[in-house]
Amino acid sequence: MTPATAGERRCLQCGSPRLVRHAELEALPIAHIDCDAFYASVEKRDNPDLRDRPVIVGGGRRGVVSTCCYIARINGVRSAMPMFKALKACPEAVVVKPEMEKYARVGREVRDMMRALTPLVEPLSIDEAFLDLTGTERLHKDTPARVLARFATAVEREIGITVSVGLSYCKFLAKVASDFEKPRGFSVIGRAEALTFLRDQPVTLIWGVGKAFAATLESDGIRTIGQLQQMDENTLMRRYGMMGKRLFRLSRGEDERAVHIDHEAKSVSAETTFNHDYGTAAELLPILRTLSEKVANRLKASDTAGRTVVLKLKDTEFRIRTRNRQLPDRTQLADRIFRVAAPMLDHELDGTKYRLLGVGVSDLASDAMADPMDLVDTGATRRAKAEEAMDAVRAKFGTKALETGYTFGTGSRGKPQRDQEN
Amino acid sequence: MRVTLERANLLKSLNHVHRVVERRNTIPILSNVLLKAEGASLEMKATDLDLEINEATPAVVEQSGATTVAAHLLYDIVRKLPDGTEVMLSTDADGNTMTVVSGRSNFKLQCLPQSDFPELTAGEFTHTFRLDSTVLKELIDRTQFAISTEETRYYLNGIYLHTAEHDDDIVLRAVATDGHRLARCETAAPNGAESMPGIIVPRKTVGEIQKLMDDPDVAVTIELSDSKIRFTIGAIVLTSKLIDGTFPDYQRVIPTGNDKDMMVDRQTFAAAVDRVSTVSSERGRAVKLALSDGQMTLTVNNPDSGSATEELAVGYESDPMEIGFNARYLLDVTNQLSGSDVKFTLADAGSPTLIFDTADEKSLYVLMPMRV
Repeated sequence: MTPATAGERRCLQCGSPRLVRHAELEALPIAHIDCDAFYASVEKRDNPDLRDRPVIVGGGRRGVVSTCCYIARINGVRSAMPMFKALKACPEAVVVKPEMEKYARVGREVRDMMRALTPLVEPLSIDEAFLDLTGTERLHKDTPARVLARFATAVEREIGITVSVGLSYCKFLAKVASDFEKPRGFSVIGRAEALTFLRDQPVTLIWGVGKAFAATLESDGIRTIGQLQQMDENTLMRRYGMMGKRLFRLSRGEDERAVHIDHEAKSVSAETTFNHDYGTAAELLPILRTLSEKVANRLKASDTAGRTVVLKLKDTEFRIRTRNRQLPDRTQLADRIFRVAAPMLDHELDGTKYRLLGVGVSDLASDAMADPMDLVDTGATRRAKAEEAMDAVRAKFGTKALETGYTFGTGSRGKPQRDQEN
Repeated sequence: MRVTLERANLLKSLNHVHRVVERRNTIPILSNVLLKAEGASLEMKATDLDLEINEATPAVVEQSGATTVAAHLLYDIVRKLPDGTEVMLSTDADGNTMTVVSGRSNFKLQCLPQSDFPELTAGEFTHTFRLDSTVLKELIDRTQFAISTEETRYYLNGIYLHTAEHDDDIVLRAVATDGHRLARCETAAPNGAESMPGIIVPRKTVGEIQKLMDDPDVAVTIELSDSKIRFTIGAIVLTSKLIDGTFPDYQRVIPTGNDKDMMVDRQTFAAAVDRVSTVSSERGRAVKLALSDGQMTLTVNNPDSGSATEELAVGYESDPMEIGFNARYLLDVTNQLSGSDVKFTLADAGSPTLIFDTADEKSLYVLMPMRV
């Protein structure tokens, strides 16, 4: 695997120093595409003043770093780092509040461009996806590698952000490759060097090996993938069960998983961390209402409905409490979600202060049978009609055009106004 | 305690009381049945703290006394003893074990003291009335299927029993609903019931009462206190808590302006609904009824598996209309009816529909349509 070393040669056609050479380059079909510092890149695109300054996208006084640009990364800022630590490492950084709707829109634009290359696009998150380009040569009249190179430059030109591409023969190594040369990377791992490449890599590179499992392996004296390559399948399976089988195969660069188009959601949820700790219904209910509406909007947009309502709370000691309740019929209504979650929330208001509140709906299916009319609770039918009318008004005049009394006079995330200053 | 009785008598009574005992209990004494030998009978009592069944059966008492043993265990033992035998139950001197002897079989069971057994105090009964068991059974049979299992609406988890005025008569009414369907059945109010308050009898109690009424000729005595109800059926006494809640104003739910009548043969209709719903998925059991002059077309559409239609001749003369129902709810209702024809009274696709039994004027059903 030889990602181009800059300087010595340039492309004969365009003069670019970005060259990729690989014996199997023309034959590899599976790609992993990852946008570089996605949220930060979008912010820099929209505000050129930020271009040469370190940018951190993240929330509030107590939030964490969602994404930081590469300039900030030079100063040691990492994503998921608490904001105060990040600002200590990089005091000159510009902190931007995340605007998820904008990122979702840009993410969709990128995804649409991917779908123009192949129908087999498996999105992993808002800004990354697997693509299977097998059999598209005749359509594009070109090899996957060239198609992807053109795709990367097209995204830069048309959308204004950069992506990194990893190309290989399987999902595991494609993902590893895309991480290689970030940002603006184009890395290739072929079958020939898979074994030797993996040999010196840490076990954490393997999908499914997190902190805890890595510690287990470490206690067994296993740190590198090379050590796994030396072991036979039976020993690994005896020790680690099904995970052992995965270790055996992935350590040898064998990954049979296909690129799946429909990555069906199992649940839909929304949560928020507050700038101040809250412990009363007066503070938390408006937030719960806003979150319920958010969840309901996503359910309605995807024509799905769920049967189990899940409430999530995190107290000041970072202990998480989740409570759930099953409904007799699936729902996609904010009113229903809120009315089921509110008593569960009320039950947890025992003087504990919370830093996070979330609500979600799981056990999803089509909304065909959702929210049936009720004989007894005629109020529910009336409120469902009211919600339909509210949705119509909001679709026409914006989300803030009409609000319930629960959230009226609070900030965009349902929080009391005093928070908005931060 | 030392008592001898016929296996058949013991089995019959244990069969009645042991069902109340939950299979899994966190409080050990609740797994037990109380046995009390006194005079010429053995009294058995079981409870789940909401419901208590007490039954006495004839026995030869050599030494009176009381103890408690695991209810399901004792029932299983007695069930497996040979038919026609006699059973002797006796506690040892320190009261820690009870011996069950029958023929050559000998069991020693762990006991818990009688004093630990909880008492369901009924309070003072303010109303007493009697109902024929056939009448009570009908009130339950016709309405039980519509009881809700939704815990958040606990006040729907039972049958609402109350008196009402109907055509200048006072009637005793049973009503149950789960929000999708409602069932109402009534009978002439017996003496003593006229001034009774409306009560909600829990689902489990309703089910137990239904099973206890195997003898059709027995009159059931019903007593009410503030928070409890007591049924006395021969030697069996069942005492239950009532659901502490307000049953919704169901009369508001029963439509009065429905103007489209449809008559259909009950069995033909039920069979057709059952047939077309074969293709429906577990999740969506909607069946569409398209009505036009003298004809009904049943349709089920399941995008995953296929579709089904069936045509039926019906008595219908109003404007054509289409309406959807949950197939299971339609079958639940038609299974309760006894007449050869069933009568639907409809308004439109979004409004509750009335269903009547042509052979039974005492019952009425309301079904909420589904969007199809």
